[in-house]
Amino acid sequence: MKFAVIQFPGSNCDQDCLRAINGLEGLSAEYVWHKATSLAAFDAIVLPGGFAYGDYLRCGAIARFSPIMNEVVRAAKEGRLVLGTCNGFQVLCEAELLPGALVRNRGLRFVCDMVRLRIEVPDSAFTRGCAQGTILRMPIAHGEGCYFADANTLRELNANGQVVLRYCDVTGATSPESNPNGSIENIAGICNSEGNVFGLMPHPDRACDTRLGSADGARIFLSMAEAILAGRSKAAA
Amino acid sequence: MKAKVVVMPKAAVLDPQGAAVREAMQHLGMREVKNVRIGKYLEIDLERDGADVEARLHKLCRDLLSNPVIEDYQLVKE
Repeated sequence: MKFAVIQFPGSNCDQDCLRAINGLEGLSAEYVWHKATSLAAFDAIVLPGGFAYGDYLRCGAIARFSPIMNEVVRAAKEGRLVLGTCNGFQVLCEAELLPGALVRNRGLRFVCDMVRLRIEVPDSAFTRGCAQGTILRMPIAHGEGCYFADANTLRELNANGQVVLRYCDVTGATSPESNPNGSIENIAGICNSEGNVFGLMPHPDRACDTRLGSADGARIFLSMAEAILAGRSKAAA
Repeated sequence: MKAKVVVMPKAAVLDPQGAAVREAMQHLGMREVKNVRIGKYLEIDLERDGADVEARLHKLCRDLLSNPVIEDYQLVKE
């Protein structure tokens, strides 16, 4: 099971992603430079966190025009799994692979913290085996993670079950106090309508070892691997 | 030839920077300030004008210079 970790100039969680994925049984990851022009060898694609192109203009605005993004879009349209964490989520929104946008945190501060996330879609390719309402703990580290979508888009996201994760408190309630950045409806992660592209501001890559405070992030990568295997066996049958 | 582009956050999008500047202005005695919105201003020098330059600039305003989900833009050619 081969994962590609895309490296943009300014990515800084590429090593975290590579290490997290390589640490899981049956999964392996390789770097792919943003100027590469093929992702044919990979089962899944990860866009890591960081500050691609220095976040100039807007987060992800320039990265979406990197040569590799043509292949990321192609892979997404083919149904391959694409995960964007933090800056990767911003790139996916700019590339219009995911709806909405990420803007400056409501409190204007860069927020670096451990947060709780409530799983809203238990059967997604990225949350298999996690019952609805399961609470995951992962770190966040961003200045522009306030999710915004207009009223129509928001209605569609909710109606189609595309809101995968919401920021919540210890009881699982999505209170304003548990919303670290002002995201609309406490949204922390969404998928596309086909369910194969997922973006989230928290870092599963930094939550794959209990010694670092949480191993809950591993469930995202393992779920992707399970979904790919299930897809293969379906294709074989 | 010069093109000037102003990019502003849409009304529905939260602008916490604008709110912080509004409060600072009020704090400094400018009580008349009702609202502040912060955007971006780009000055673009072009080698020459052409029939399709404006259309191509508009396309890049939509695709690169602004994000239509959260921003509006104005383009002025001089």
